[in-house]
Amino acid sequence: MGGDAAGPVPTDQHDFALWEKRVDALMVLCSTKGHFTVDGLRRVLEDMPEEAFETMTYYERWIASVNQNLIEAGIYTTAELAERMEQVTARGTTYGDATGG
Amino acid sequence: MHHDHHNHHHDGMSPSGHPYRPDSDTSLSYWQTMEIAIRELLIAKGVTTPSEIAAQIDAMDSRSPANGAAVVARAWTDPDFAERLAQDAGAAATEMGFDIGPMKLIAVMNTPQVHNVVVCTLCSCYPRNLLGLPPDWYKSRAYRSRTVREPRKVLAEFGVTLPDDMQVRVHDSTADMRYIVIPDRPAGTENLSEADLAALVTRDSMIGTGLPRTPAA
Amino acid sequence: MAEWASGMTVRVKTYAPPGHVRTPTYLRGKTGTIERVLGPFPNPEALAYGVPAPALPLLRVHFPMSEVWGADTENPDDTLEAEIYAHWLEKADD
Repeated sequence: MGGDAAGPVPTDQHDFALWEKRVDALMVLCSTKGHFTVDGLRRVLEDMPEEAFETMTYYERWIASVNQNLIEAGIYTTAELAERMEQVTARGTTYGDATGG
Repeated sequence: MHHDHHNHHHDGMSPSGHPYRPDSDTSLSYWQTMEIAIRELLIAKGVTTPSEIAAQIDAMDSRSPANGAAVVARAWTDPDFAERLAQDAGAAATEMGFDIGPMKLIAVMNTPQVHNVVVCTLCSCYPRNLLGLPPDWYKSRAYRSRTVREPRKVLAEFGVTLPDDMQVRVHDSTADMRYIVIPDRPAGTENLSEADLAALVTRDSMIGTGLPRTPAA
Repeated sequence: MAEWASGMTVRVKTYAPPGHVRTPTYLRGKTGTIERVLGPFPNPEALAYGVPAPALPLLRVHFPMSEVWGADTENPDDTLEAEIYAHWLEKADD
């Protein structure tokens, strides 16, 4: 990364969405509680394919990494996650509806 | 550290006074679904609680560049503090009552001859407890890849053009340390109070991509 | 381990392993000076995999930009400082 050619530094700044702040909070809480390290978070981010940088936003990559680390830590299984994600999706098509549960 | 809004989550306004991205109304994405599911699983399994998560969000919201600016203003007015800051920035920040947690902090001092700038090429390490969440540009590939190779060109894009007889020192925060740049105190500020001095210190000046404001004439 | 000291000349190894490493590619093979000795801290390259992580010295190393970028250097008087774990460094005689 360091030294690679790149275009101008982008200057647009978004205000953090609530779901993004929640991603950040989960990352801090779970790492503070010892379920994974920031190093593990970074390792998963680095292992993502190149296109992840193009197709996923910063916090999308972070929740994907938090998830991978929690699964490796045995906090929940992929099956549990899949079941819960299905329940969430069934609540509605907006973030507001889906958080309601 | 002032709080403009008391209901960070209930009225939908972020602490900067702008509405959160209207994600409540837009289509739920796969990754948002995952966030909700993970948060609920963690609560169900007793790893955390809704109030702990809310408290963590509030704690992060309360950390803003105002913390770092206060450290800078103290360094400008108290040479002994500045010396302690240079030797052990973590201890000095803690002296001022800032909870820097496990952060290991290094303060790098700008002078009329030296300009410091901080980058994390490997990820996006940032002194969050003193400056709040990092801006999007700090996390961008362009900033991370170019600042170590052509810092002056990057700084010029930020509006900072440095003379050739100044030295630029780039700090790549590759490991456990976090960095705060202590800008050079602007001229004409001899009679300002510490609070007024802090108001001159911008977030970008503590990363190295900006300079402090000068007092109004 | 008093083997590292400020002022020592060191060269970054040119290893290129896969996986999580905290030594940036652009610094491998470069020679610099230890600016300060930090740590010991647990090796992040082990922490990243959830395996036991031995504590290692962490060195802040100072490089002239001309050493890092050669002919491409924007300004040869500028410098770059980075933190490198001890196992990535070897002592270099001046």
